[in-house]
Amino acid sequence: MTQDTSGTTTPMGFGRMHRKEDARFIRGRGTYVDDVRLPGMLHGAILRSPHAHARILSVDASAAEAYPGVRAVITGATLETLNLAWMPTLSADVQAVLATDKVRFQGQEVAFVVAEDPYTARDAVELIDVGYEPLEPVVDARRALDADAPVIRDDLEGRTGNHIFDWEAGDRAQTDAIFERAEVTVAQDMLYPRVHPAPLETCGAVADFDKVTGKLTVWCPTQAPHAHRTLYALVAGLPEHKIRVISPDIGGGFGGKVGIYPGYVCAIVGSIVTGRPVKWMEDRSENLMSTAFARDYHMRGEIAATRDGRILALRVKVVADHGAFNGTAQPTKFPAGFFGVFTGSYDIEAAHCEVTGVYTNKAPGGVAYACSFRITEAVYLVERMIDVLACELDADPAELRMRNLIRPERFPYTSPTGWEYDSGDYPRALRLALDMAGYDKLRAEQAERRRGDGPQLGIGISFFTEAVGAGPRRHMDILGLGMADGAELRVHPTGKAVLRVSCQSQGQGHETTFAQIVAAELGIPPDDVEVVHGDTDQTPFGLGTYGSRSTPVSGAATAIVARKVRERARLVAAAMLEASPQDLEWSVSETGGRWSVQGSAGHGRSIQEIAMAAHSNLELPEGVEGHLDAVTVYNPPNLTYPFGAYVCVVEVDPRTGQVKVRRFVAVDDCGVRINPMIVEGQIHGGLADGVGMALMQLMAFDEDGNHLGASFMDYLLPTALECPSWELGETVTPSPHHPIGAKGVGESATVGSPAAVVNAVLDALRPYGVRHADMPLTPANVWSALRGSPLRTDLAIT
Amino acid sequence: MQITVTVNGQPYTRDVEPRLLLVHFLRDHLALTGTHWGCDTSNCGACVVHLDATPVKSCTVLAVMCDGHEVTTVEGLERDGELDAVQKGFAECHGLQCGFCTPGMMLTARWLLDNDPDPDEGRIRETISGQLCRCTGYENIVRAVRWAAGHEAGRAAAGEGAREGTRT
Ligand code: FES
Ligand code: FES
Repeated sequence: MTQDTSGTTTPMGFGRMHRKEDARFIRGRGTYVDDVRLPGMLHGAILRSPHAHARILSVDASAAEAYPGVRAVITGATLETLNLAWMPTLSADVQAVLATDKVRFQGQEVAFVVAEDPYTARDAVELIDVGYEPLEPVVDARRALDADAPVIRDDLEGRTGNHIFDWEAGDRAQTDAIFERAEVTVAQDMLYPRVHPAPLETCGAVADFDKVTGKLTVWCPTQAPHAHRTLYALVAGLPEHKIRVISPDIGGGFGGKVGIYPGYVCAIVGSIVTGRPVKWMEDRSENLMSTAFARDYHMRGEIAATRDGRILALRVKVVADHGAFNGTAQPTKFPAGFFGVFTGSYDIEAAHCEVTGVYTNKAPGGVAYACSFRITEAVYLVERMIDVLACELDADPAELRMRNLIRPERFPYTSPTGWEYDSGDYPRALRLALDMAGYDKLRAEQAERRRGDGPQLGIGISFFTEAVGAGPRRHMDILGLGMADGAELRVHPTGKAVLRVSCQSQGQGHETTFAQIVAAELGIPPDDVEVVHGDTDQTPFGLGTYGSRSTPVSGAATAIVARKVRERARLVAAAMLEASPQDLEWSVSETGGRWSVQGSAGHGRSIQEIAMAAHSNLELPEGVEGHLDAVTVYNPPNLTYPFGAYVCVVEVDPRTGQVKVRRFVAVDDCGVRINPMIVEGQIHGGLADGVGMALMQLMAFDEDGNHLGASFMDYLLPTALECPSWELGETVTPSPHHPIGAKGVGESATVGSPAAVVNAVLDALRPYGVRHADMPLTPANVWSALRGSPLRTDLAIT
Repeated sequence: MQITVTVNGQPYTRDVEPRLLLVHFLRDHLALTGTHWGCDTSNCGACVVHLDATPVKSCTVLAVMCDGHEVTTVEGLERDGELDAVQKGFAECHGLQCGFCTPGMMLTARWLLDNDPDPDEGRIRETISGQLCRCTGYENIVRAVRWAAGHEAGRAAAGEGAREGTRT
């Protein structure tokens, strides 16, 4: 724990507790990847394509090679000789590490310079002369499948177009039949625009290949260190036990630090070629232009309903822009991620969706930015559609939702597309959110304001259900690796413990939360538990941290491994007390955990006494090994389904199109909360994301495929001024299948909030006849919408 | 060219290229890696340090411009083993998650409290609005600064002289 300034004691388990990791961060003593400095370390820089689509005619690196201080220049041709010019993606495609034949998006990696210092490396990059023949780019995803569209992936055998996949879910015939006889149907086209998670720390790596031992050590801010190690072994053909991936402190990830980027591979090759450690750090423009974007779903939603507001069916068609390489990071069988949960929180008879993935001349990615594998898009779709229906029926959006929410008695609930929601009480959460917001009073104020032509009030609601904690290994794997995670718990003779887990924090506070889980299970103070993570040489295998899976998966593994330790302790305690293990009972009091003889609490031993005895010369019964250490692997039996009800209140000035978020009420139910302070912090961050995506974060492309959001001057992120003071509420519906009833929360607010903000703005614009406008609702976009022509926010505003 | 910069009270003399940015001077030449960087356009504020008691974005200052001047970084906030009230406030109020924006945020907060010991929420938000945090949604940063304002009265009275000497 950090220096305790308030004098509060830490809980022996769950509860508010200061973060252990803060002690180093507030002193500037964290170690992020750019803080790693090794003796003799060189620095790399990448030359990137200025074109979105062009044939490479020539690459002349001679001037760069001759530049003083340069130690190596690596091009696509160099990598070809090593069979490393292409690498597999997480979606059964390949991606160029350094381009050889063509460049396929602006900012694509073309060459890599290794030099004595970063400034020199950048100087030398400028000296590389590349001859390009520009080709027509595919910028508009909706035109990617046109017969005359240029073929982007002519590197793939037999490719004649830009089609990647078709995927569907639900029952088409049943859904169509309901639509045919429905009293009311509404349809709406909408775009969930391309956004970038933009963690404050960009990506980078330090690679150190030791020729003598044959060991490669890679420091990089990865959310999935073990998956990276296995991939490096598969890609580079290096023996896996000779690879060590160290993920140091990470300056935010949000899904953008899951995959392997070409720069990482270049740093590794640079170290192998020069025999010295090589650091590569991308700058912000490189980060925004080339690392994993998120969303880019062009959607058409349709609802069939009764005139009195009972929703019967939902039908969705999507064109998914995957960029130039299909590099989405999601479980193998789910090319559209978990978009299949698009019926959301509503009890709908039938549903069907079709998703078509296409290539465009843009950076790869798609699944990133706290999206829970595309549930962001799914929630946005259904929550916008409910408001469109409310508009059509002239119904109150809160009442319409209440009317259609899945009732508590329906859980476990199987959705029309086959997802089994574990637990929930949706109406309770929505009622709480509406009460906290003072919904009726807000509607009254809105009516009042509508009589004038000043700033209009908008009230937006969003209700979300997430499916997180991937996942059951029979359904879910990434590149054949089942989505299970390990945990290892050592208890030292004095009763202090070291927990080793496969997941990796990017700011979520795992060192604190996971210590609290052990503390709760073993009855020792969280300060007595050290959490080790982010180093493949020191932790058990597992798939890492994304999709809100740390607490659902690694958290479960932690609880279970601690219970194993506790059971071992029972056997030792029985020997100490000369009692039968079955006659002992476990208790945790203020002084800590103990095993005692049932009915005589005084006759017992503390966990610390047991730990010492387990390492001592105490005579142990047959079959009891001694020591208390344990390992486990957790295979989730199902996903967990956190949910929440959000109400956003905005003021929109119809004269300028300016939107101000006045209030945001968020009721979250993520099951049992281990450290409520950390949970609330995570929600705050996600709500800010919602404000940013809904109102500001514009990542458009011009007709030549130029990226128009490639710096923080153009890609606007919310500051303290755009964010209101968040108002949080909670309900607790434990997950029935998770060992501690927790559900995961890291992405909830990012998933749930954009729809609330957009619904609020459009609610304000309702008297002006605006039914829909796409994110981001910038002043220009709102202003245009008020004049009847909302903007296409994926293309250049002309 | 040779420069001498006083960082956290200690003078450092180094030979540097004229184009070297202050942020790189601190990080790469002095190994003070607590100061971070997050953009190329002076937008994020991860790099904020004090230059003669005024917050500056160290990615937008050349090291040579600091010759003969004083710089304070996050490593200089703690005095004689005692954390600054701002540091305590950030830990106390969960004002940080990944910690990447934190040094810059704390230095701006320190400057604010030096100039306005009791800032309200609006003033705090405005003061940190040139800096980005991607994790906290700002709420707890604001609370952290308020907490620090409320917890340094006693200390300020005791150590007024020392603080005045270096910071204002
Ligand atoms: S590094 Fe972003 S403002 Fe200095
Ligand atoms: S704590 Fe991560 S950017 Fe602020």
